[in-house]
Amino acid sequence: MTSHVNQEEVEQINQARRMQRSALSNLLRKYGLQIGIVAVALLVWIAFVIGSPRAFLALPIYQAFMSTTPFFTIIALPLTLVIIAAEMDLSFPSIMSWGMVGFTLMFTWTGSLELAVLACLLCGLIAGLLNGFIVVALGIPSLVATIGTQFFWRGAVLVITGGTGASLIATQETLLHHVMVGRLFGKIPMQMLWAILIAVLIWIILNRHAFGAHVYLVGDNVESAKLMGINVGRTRVMVFALVGVAAALSGLIASLEVLYYWPTLGEGYMLSTLSSVFLGGTSVFGGTGTIFGTFVASFIIGAINAGIVAAGLTGFWTQVIYGLIIVLSVSMHSVLRRHLA
Amino acid sequence: MDYILEMKNISKSFGEVQALRDINFAVGRNEVVGLLGDNGAGKSTLIKIITGYHFPDSGELFFDGKQLYETSVAKARDMGIETVYQERALADQQTLWRNIFMCRELTNKMGFLDVERMRAETLSLMKGSMGFTSTAVTPDSVVRTFSGGEKQGVAIVRALHFQAELIILDEPTMGLSLSETKKLLQFVRDIRNAGKACIFIDHNVFHVYSVADRVVVLDRGMVAGQFMTQDITLDQLMEKMYRVAQTGHLD
Repeated sequence: MTSHVNQEEVEQINQARRMQRSALSNLLRKYGLQIGIVAVALLVWIAFVIGSPRAFLALPIYQAFMSTTPFFTIIALPLTLVIIAAEMDLSFPSIMSWGMVGFTLMFTWTGSLELAVLACLLCGLIAGLLNGFIVVALGIPSLVATIGTQFFWRGAVLVITGGTGASLIATQETLLHHVMVGRLFGKIPMQMLWAILIAVLIWIILNRHAFGAHVYLVGDNVESAKLMGINVGRTRVMVFALVGVAAALSGLIASLEVLYYWPTLGEGYMLSTLSSVFLGGTSVFGGTGTIFGTFVASFIIGAINAGIVAAGLTGFWTQVIYGLIIVLSVSMHSVLRRHLA
Repeated sequence: MDYILEMKNISKSFGEVQALRDINFAVGRNEVVGLLGDNGAGKSTLIKIITGYHFPDSGELFFDGKQLYETSVAKARDMGIETVYQERALADQQTLWRNIFMCRELTNKMGFLDVERMRAETLSLMKGSMGFTSTAVTPDSVVRTFSGGEKQGVAIVRALHFQAELIILDEPTMGLSLSETKKLLQFVRDIRNAGKACIFIDHNVFHVYSVADRVVVLDRGMVAGQFMTQDITLDQLMEKMYRVAQTGHLD
């Protein structure tokens, strides 16, 4: 009799163990990519601490990360939505500069910083909507369409500015400057807080709003999305519009930080932004990707940039390494996808 | 008869291809209509007009007695037309609850998702109508890992969950095992018992004959004929199908 009870108990314990194990594997499957990216971040950090302890155990280098990484984090976050929707946007570097044309022109005309900011974001929105229109209404593949608009907006910027920059000294000590790129408690760059705020907003949009749900569905299986009644065109236009606005905002922050607007603004951000999204685990085939992954990955990319310089290599190495990161993370994802299917 | 759906003289062309020509088609409020026809007969086009995916070039379309002048898939679903597609319109990399509530997300007025309620309703659907017993499957399971029958079950439960008046099954038995097929045919009978209407499209004449009240035969974009299943034997129906395929005429 007792042995029977014991056997039952053993059975129960075994079952509980089985369930625990499957809960663990479920957790791994669900959050594997996020855990992975955090592990990569820690590894990179430890490597840098060992490589140059003096630089990486002091505050200044982290302040430097927090001031420059948000320039592309802010674009990489909405770009994640574009790529989840199985589209691509290569025009954002030019839109960064195009938004600042709106800013400087409006500021010169009216002297109002508020109107200038509005003009900047509006320019970004228009450029994003144009991308969406070309892709959706004309049916051009977004890769090609946004290569086209990348050249178009850069060209427009150079024609309007004549290739010369503009000083933003007048914005120094204004509320706008403090809010966008000031230093909180004299230490934390405000752009870092903007990056966090935008990450939270985009996370909510993607994971807790019907629009975000449709972004995933459109990228996963566009035919089924259409058959189930999702407005695929509107979803696509909106993701491009988000990147447009974010690129203009990022251009504004990057320019305010250095108090000067260069017409070439944005050049050099293509690789770091794209590699943030792909290293963060977003599938190049669409349908999967996380905001958390992109956010963490963008700081890995930022750290690598600083690390290369700290390690005594020339800046030329950054391109080699970013290129490698894009190719490796995209291929790794593709291999994983085939094996998990 | 009281019809839930009526189509009068519907025509539709794609470029030079005339997919449908003067189609007259109707479904009773509590009727299972079998739609038969060879490849290219126009079944898919007809279905896509009913579901709001295409709009006809000419002809009149009535649902629930009201004429429709413009359609969209979202509108058709709001009116109570749900479809189970042969392509198994599921998003493979998404979770079960996201698939069940695809384009029908439970949200507040601002469009924010009520994730917990969707998970809970998915769980009760799984235990009830879907008949999932494995503990490995949860509302957060990714659909890619399901078997063909399970996926079909998800698509069917999705159609049923939203209290459709008219359920369209497009080649639902394709790729199903014997027992899964049997379950599916029972599901069609359940639709009729629940007082709802159903359009059942299948290549397999046996399946259609065994559940349909009425069979409509399409051929080359036109209605070749229709029969009440009680007035015709399976053999006669098969013979007529062969004749249509060869000559384009039923007799």
